[in-house]
Amino acid sequence: MSEIKYETVIGLEVHTELATASKIFCSCTTEFGGEPNTHCCPICTGMPGVLPVLNQKVVEFGIAVGLATDSEITPYGKFDRKNYFYPDLPKAFQISQLYLPICRNGVVAIEGEGFQKNIRIHEIHMEEDAGKLIHDPIFDTTHADYNRCGVPLLEIVSEPDFRSAEEVIAYLETLKAILQYLGVSDCKMQEGSLRADVNLSVRPLGQAEFGTRTEMKNINSFRSIARAIAAERKRQIELIEDGGKVIQQTRRWDDAKGVSYAMRSKEDAQDYRYFPEPDLSPVVISEEWQEEIRKGLPMLPKERKAKYMEGYGLSPYDAGIITGIKALADYFDEVNAIVGQPQEVANWLLGDFMRLAKAGEGDTFEILLSPAKLADIILMVKTNVINRNTAKEVFAAVWQEDLDPKQYVEEHDLAMVGDGDLIKDTVAKVLAANPKTVAEFKAGKEKVLGFLVGQCMKELKGKADPGTVNTLLREALK
Amino acid sequence: MNIAFTELTPIKAGEMVRKRELSVEELTKAYLKRSIALDGEINAFLRIEEEYALKSAAAVQKRIDAKEELGPLAGVPFGLKDNICTKGLETTCASRILGGFVPPYEATLMEKMSRGGAVLIGKTNMDEFAMGSTTETSYYKTTKNPWNLEHVPGGSSGGSAAAVAAREVPYAIGSDTGGSIRQPAAYCGVTGLKPTYGAVSRFGLIAYGSSLDQIGPIAPSAKDCAAILDMISGFDEKDATSMKTQFNAVAQLEGGVKDMVIGIPKSYFGEGLNGEVREIITAAIKVLTDAGAKVEEFDFSILDYAVPAYYIIASAEASSNLSRFDGVKYGFRAEDAEGLRDVYLKTRTQGFGSEVKKRIMLGAFALSSGYYDAYYNKALQVKALIKKAFDDAFAKYDMILGPVAPTTAPKIGESLKDPLAMYLSDIYTVSVNLAGLPGIALPCGFDQKGLPVGMQLIAKAFDDEKLLCAAHCYQQLTDFHRQFPALAGKGGV
Repeated sequence: MSEIKYETVIGLEVHTELATASKIFCSCTTEFGGEPNTHCCPICTGMPGVLPVLNQKVVEFGIAVGLATDSEITPYGKFDRKNYFYPDLPKAFQISQLYLPICRNGVVAIEGEGFQKNIRIHEIHMEEDAGKLIHDPIFDTTHADYNRCGVPLLEIVSEPDFRSAEEVIAYLETLKAILQYLGVSDCKMQEGSLRADVNLSVRPLGQAEFGTRTEMKNINSFRSIARAIAAERKRQIELIEDGGKVIQQTRRWDDAKGVSYAMRSKEDAQDYRYFPEPDLSPVVISEEWQEEIRKGLPMLPKERKAKYMEGYGLSPYDAGIITGIKALADYFDEVNAIVGQPQEVANWLLGDFMRLAKAGEGDTFEILLSPAKLADIILMVKTNVINRNTAKEVFAAVWQEDLDPKQYVEEHDLAMVGDGDLIKDTVAKVLAANPKTVAEFKAGKEKVLGFLVGQCMKELKGKADPGTVNTLLREALK
Repeated sequence: MNIAFTELTPIKAGEMVRKRELSVEELTKAYLKRSIALDGEINAFLRIEEEYALKSAAAVQKRIDAKEELGPLAGVPFGLKDNICTKGLETTCASRILGGFVPPYEATLMEKMSRGGAVLIGKTNMDEFAMGSTTETSYYKTTKNPWNLEHVPGGSSGGSAAAVAAREVPYAIGSDTGGSIRQPAAYCGVTGLKPTYGAVSRFGLIAYGSSLDQIGPIAPSAKDCAAILDMISGFDEKDATSMKTQFNAVAQLEGGVKDMVIGIPKSYFGEGLNGEVREIITAAIKVLTDAGAKVEEFDFSILDYAVPAYYIIASAEASSNLSRFDGVKYGFRAEDAEGLRDVYLKTRTQGFGSEVKKRIMLGAFALSSGYYDAYYNKALQVKALIKKAFDDAFAKYDMILGPVAPTTAPKIGESLKDPLAMYLSDIYTVSVNLAGLPGIALPCGFDQKGLPVGMQLIAKAFDDEKLLCAAHCYQQLTDFHRQFPALAGKGGV
């Protein structure tokens, strides 16, 4: 490679499926899964003569996202038809918004290691999802499943403000948190309810004009997005260095192989023949409606993080991780309301809890333990009923099975030995059994104390406070 | 025989059923027999649905016997244009591409009519996808004008208008995107109402130009149309463009035209209007002024742009609306197609007729990138100007009066030879659709060949009741709407 340093310029188009109960233009359920073609009706399958009727909830969600991203809400919006032929699109047009989208000019603040910046939102528009084609390799046929047809989507289009994959991931995580906080989407990438198209170009550092961009479509995990960005950056730079030119085209990312393939170039790009959807009335959003939704907005991740830092004294890192997942922050609040030890709760959540909760598929975050149970465990530690090691054992046990922590401690006889005499006797017994170690300690080898503590704990079946054992050992060794 | 078919208007038939002078079954059977007999010559129907009709008739009779409160048209048979979906009954838009298509859902119009006790006896012929002015573009058959079988009935609701003119049915339902109710009504000497856009739900009407399409009645008289409008209009939650209006037109028919101010657009009587038609319309104006209406001429030169704007907007919307007919899910699929592209290409090439393909291409072109502003956007601007010109006129006039078409019905085969002339013959009707207004065509005389001439009254949006009132007043003073073609003269119930 030459001496030229390159800058990556990235813009994102994020599609998020909205968590409305019914589809955008009919009353079919939006529930994921289901036997093929069981979540559809004449309207979402575009039968002749049917008409769309807008689900007002979609507009409400659009307004909420607009307000949460400081966007301008369009008071008089419209839907447009995007025309193209494909068997997953039974009307042969998608109802979308081109000319007057619901939101414009928003901003999302992101931060990460070594950066803190604002990503500008170009626009947010409402549209309907298409169906799914399933290829049958045995009979070499393709089947259409229209269950997803008409599921409402918001497309959030950013300005080309990203300069690295880290910024992109930080943005997606922030956006995902916002959408989850608002309750507008469950953002499950593996179910396709959050997907991103990546527009990427490179340019010599310092050059004002953008390079020619390519678009990579529908990449479905944060990890793949980061990989796709790295690979596409490399491909474009190598192309330029070899004296070639980047062609404006759409590319398909193959995550398994770690490479992207050209799908179509700008020259053969389709002409979508957009025009205003005549079957729907304009989307009129009054000031009052906006205000009503603004008043109902929940606390957003940014505010909640500040609250955790200022109110609870958590570090920006801890607060960031907990508030980054709404379910986790809600869980935090519930446990803390019982135990009143925010740092302790945070430690639990960021340790074993996260490890177990994230062990699921992809980015699912599943909480199997009720907040009351974790609170019980924390309280048992606080009141010296069990020690920390026992607490971890209890935690692992109640996570696996639906057990009551207190009962578990009782049944397994895990409560600490409160009796000082028993500990003293044990200490004496251990010292007597390890004269060599005692001698080493007395010779100044402080380290061996740990061994002795361990021996005592073993004798006590772990049911003592290691601190107490430590103190009594030291006294005995004096 | 109780009564001759030619005397049996929809309202009269409803009255006789209500008074139990006729059972619904008797009436339905009589009309089934008559339409089967007459339709061999006229070809108004694509399908006469005997079994379905008899079943509906029995059900309606049961409701009447149970003293259920039904409307004035309960038990009265009707014909339905084949672009309106009927659950369980084939609906084709007179196109090959929808051959065999049986909707699993009912148009809102059908639900309302069933509620009112109307009895569907068959689906009427039309221009393919309502594209045409003669009913000759139907893939299945050519409907004849009952007044002279060598002439077209007009279009696109030619089957509905011809069926009513021949009294094969007491009334029929059509749809009007640029004149498709009014023009065939005029050519066939019957009364046809295109209601205000949004007054009648379009759910289940297979779209041609969605922003212009409107369902409406074709019947012998304005009074009949009023009763039908009352039954079919009103808000529908399934149609986002439908309006919260419930007409009660029958109750407001007797207001007369005294002191009404009627505007006469000068451009409606200019070059291109056949002399005989002009004389007949002029005579009709006199009838209204004699009845107390005031008449004033005004300039309406924006009319010159109506036809091009209409054809761009309607074709653009059609190009999108008709894209779903791709052979994938229902209707016709080309047999020799291999692969997706081929299925699309061959199905659409073979499934659509040439008029439809012409308009799809015209519309796709007008919407294509680089031409959108020059054509589609410009057409929308013209539409806005036309709407404004009408608004200005209605600030001064209660109603606007003019011809429906420049001539009487042409001979079969004549129009398609000169499509541009055919498009231009829509000049008096399309502007009403562009502005979303109600318009009515009513018979007002005959030319020397004995073909009917219709006049058109236009009112401002949602003044449909006033429009019917003026039309009714005219029909109280004339008897053109009571005349019928010779072949309709025989028989009765």
